[in-house]
Amino acid sequence: MNAITHPSRRGLLATVSSALGAFTFGFHAPLVKSAAAQGSNAVPEINVWVVVRPDDTVVIRIARSEMGQGTLTGLAQLVAEELECDWSKVTTEYPTPGQNLARNRAWGNMSTGGSRGIRDSHDYVRKGGAAARIMLVQAAANGWGVAASECSAANSIITHGPSGRSTSFGKVAEAATRLTPPADIPLKDPKNWKLVGKSIPRLDTAQKLNGSQIYGMDLRLPGMLNAAIHACPVFGGKIGAIDSKAAEAMPGVKHVLRVSDNAVAVVADTWWRAKTALDAVKITWAEGANANASSAAFAEVMKAGLDAPEAAIGNRNGDARAALAGAAKRVEAVYGYPHQNHACMETMNATALWTPERCEVWTPTQNGEAALAATAEAAGLPPARCEVHKIHLGGGFGRRGAVHDWVRQAVAIAKQIPGTPIKMIWSREEDMLQGRFHPVTMCKLQGGLDAQGNLTGLHMRISGQSIVAGIFPQNIRDGRDPVAFQGLNASGGEADIGYSIPNLLIDHAMRNPHVPPGFWRGVNLNQNAIYLECFMDELAHAAGKDPLAFRRALMGNHPRHLAVLNAVAEKVSWGSPTAPVNGQAVFRGLAQTHGFGSYVAACAEVSVSDKGELKVHRIVAATDCGHAVNPQQIAMQVEGSFVYGLSAALHSECTVKNGRIEQENFDTYQVLRMDEMPKVETIILQSGGFWGGVGEPTIAVAAPAVLNAIFAATGKRVRHLPLKHADLRRA
Amino acid sequence: MAKLNVNGRIMDIQVEADTPLLWVLREQLGLTGTKYGCGVAQCGSCTVHVDGAAVRACAMPVSAFNEGQKIVTIEGLSPDSSHPIQQAWLALEVPQCGFCQPGMIMAASALLAANPKPTEAQIREEMTNICRCGTYNRVLAGIQRAAGIGTSG
Ligand code: FES
Ligand code: FES
Repeated sequence: MNAITHPSRRGLLATVSSALGAFTFGFHAPLVKSAAAQGSNAVPEINVWVVVRPDDTVVIRIARSEMGQGTLTGLAQLVAEELECDWSKVTTEYPTPGQNLARNRAWGNMSTGGSRGIRDSHDYVRKGGAAARIMLVQAAANGWGVAASECSAANSIITHGPSGRSTSFGKVAEAATRLTPPADIPLKDPKNWKLVGKSIPRLDTAQKLNGSQIYGMDLRLPGMLNAAIHACPVFGGKIGAIDSKAAEAMPGVKHVLRVSDNAVAVVADTWWRAKTALDAVKITWAEGANANASSAAFAEVMKAGLDAPEAAIGNRNGDARAALAGAAKRVEAVYGYPHQNHACMETMNATALWTPERCEVWTPTQNGEAALAATAEAAGLPPARCEVHKIHLGGGFGRRGAVHDWVRQAVAIAKQIPGTPIKMIWSREEDMLQGRFHPVTMCKLQGGLDAQGNLTGLHMRISGQSIVAGIFPQNIRDGRDPVAFQGLNASGGEADIGYSIPNLLIDHAMRNPHVPPGFWRGVNLNQNAIYLECFMDELAHAAGKDPLAFRRALMGNHPRHLAVLNAVAEKVSWGSPTAPVNGQAVFRGLAQTHGFGSYVAACAEVSVSDKGELKVHRIVAATDCGHAVNPQQIAMQVEGSFVYGLSAALHSECTVKNGRIEQENFDTYQVLRMDEMPKVETIILQSGGFWGGVGEPTIAVAAPAVLNAIFAATGKRVRHLPLKHADLRRA
Repeated sequence: MAKLNVNGRIMDIQVEADTPLLWVLREQLGLTGTKYGCGVAQCGSCTVHVDGAAVRACAMPVSAFNEGQKIVTIEGLSPDSSHPIQQAWLALEVPQCGFCQPGMIMAASALLAANPKPTEAQIREEMTNICRCGTYNRVLAGIQRAAGIGTSG
């Protein structure tokens, strides 16, 4: 087990690293073994989720990855709620993917993406807590020779009602581990929750304040060497020739290696020396078929897709084409969304140790099981002879989930240096060039209004890249990517459209560039919400109607979508005059969507100066995620979503020229900083009854709310992101 | 061979003179609380104090420093996380993934040392560190809390 919040972890690492060089490296990594010995392995578990130590410490196992989103604390709250333990005694640890494999996936899915940490596992983790409580109570009852039904548990204390006797979890834990798990595991009525629904402070803050939190990049193993790597910047290209003479003579350099057929690595005693020597390696690339690819050329491909006769249908009712033909008024617009990099603050990295018998990897990953599969494949060993240790992530945002390209590289390097742990870190430049990018798409929208300004028909044609085709091509059926229609799906399911439109056609002409796509925080909801919500505004304007009233008229059958929209409209007093800020008039824009199981809406308040300078002053956002496990953490996710979403809307794009990404660092790949950050007010609708995700959906309403407010301010529609290219001076 | 004063201790460093201070701290001294985020003075993840002022350690060669200058890293900011910025960060739960936070905390503490009662506009202008998780509003509130000034709400 990897202890994640164990206070002595830092001390342990310091000890291990100070022994560096003098230590003969054994087969198993002492770092993790030692951490485990101090963790729960010495104490038998009550079940896979819960260990109780004799001193009453409760160890809750967390299968999903913590990357800042707070899932560690939220999942622990769910277990502890049913366990009835003393929250102040709770600590957490990660089971490893290898243990999950060995125990028949006892911890279920470890994937941490799609905002599914809580929404997909709340049931079984609560049952884990409840089953452990039942067994602890039974063990106490057995000890007293009384019926378990006469006993109850609260705050880690078990009490026998009739006699008033009591004992603690720690005292009966050992006996509880020998009992048969209960077959029937009732869960609490939500109205009796004591921990769930409360803004309990997260469990992992203290170590993030003093530098003691260890990220993948910070790992040190005895005898470890460091690797820097550079892969062909043209996707699909290969190594042509390498001249490494100068690099090999540089201080600290141990190896210059080919990694697969498309990357060069330098291994040295320190990473800085490896990186410096890598810069001195002369590499000639065989760039291949994509050597001349460009964003401009691909835009033409997407444009052609906007009118192509063939497209996969995502949502259809009535006859949109006929409705458009017969409309009193037609509105048409084309929008576009660029490639973007996740740009996690911590660049991709992994530490790998390969021997002919076994391979171990330490890496920040959103999906330990996928990392293990990648490790085994790259190591040429069966998964049972491999292990992955999940290290705290310096951001994930989807980059560290589905594809573990960096893990394969680290293993491929380690395999060439058997028995030596190799820590491979990507430079920021490598991280920017070798992203798995937000897909690029365009969308042509055509709407028809009747003489009264009612929407009678809508056709949305999306043209462009499919993430699923790039990552899970086996999931494409008849040319249809089911995830492409996120936020636009037929009513009643996940990520469904919040409007009833009598004649509707939403289709996708898939056009894939050579740039590899990835699941980027918010995935396809991001651009789909921009397309739909901005065009709704365009339609309202064409109909001469208020954007809120125009939407409401179509939302009668979508009460949850409507509820979040109404919540933000009420909070900002939509329709009332705004107060100027610093002499600038302030304008509002709205957006709403549904995705990752949650309903979200936002109202942005912006001003645009005579020079065309945009200032986003305030955002009011509403989220209905059903059960709100930890409202404070949800508020933090909503605030963070606006930073991510506004970065994307205002600044960020990756463009391709000569087959490669042009932006290599934060000087050209700009992101939001504090000077541009608006005030964010979060409304959480605790409607209960379902479990929605919170890490992603709000991102999707950031851009359209701001774009609609910009139109209100300037009369200008910005239809292609990022906004930095737009001239916002009043029309 | 360089001598550096880091967190109150004089350290002998054997490294090429052009090695950035960041990598000396991380690799020679094992002080991994100071983070690498960009290497080109853009993100602030590597912020440390040099004689009390915030410095982006990735962009400064170790040869630019001498043992007369006091270098303080996140590990040396306070012995027990009791610096007012750390306390405010704890109270407001500023960190998400936390990767940018050592740099944020060092930048914020240097800001308050130079300007104990900054205005909101000054904070927004001075704090140019990047946080991809999006903690800016809590960083702002944390600085205001540590400075003992009310938030703008
Ligand atoms: S790593 Fe130094 S500013 Fe980014
Ligand atoms: S807290 Fe994750 S980058 Fe700032």
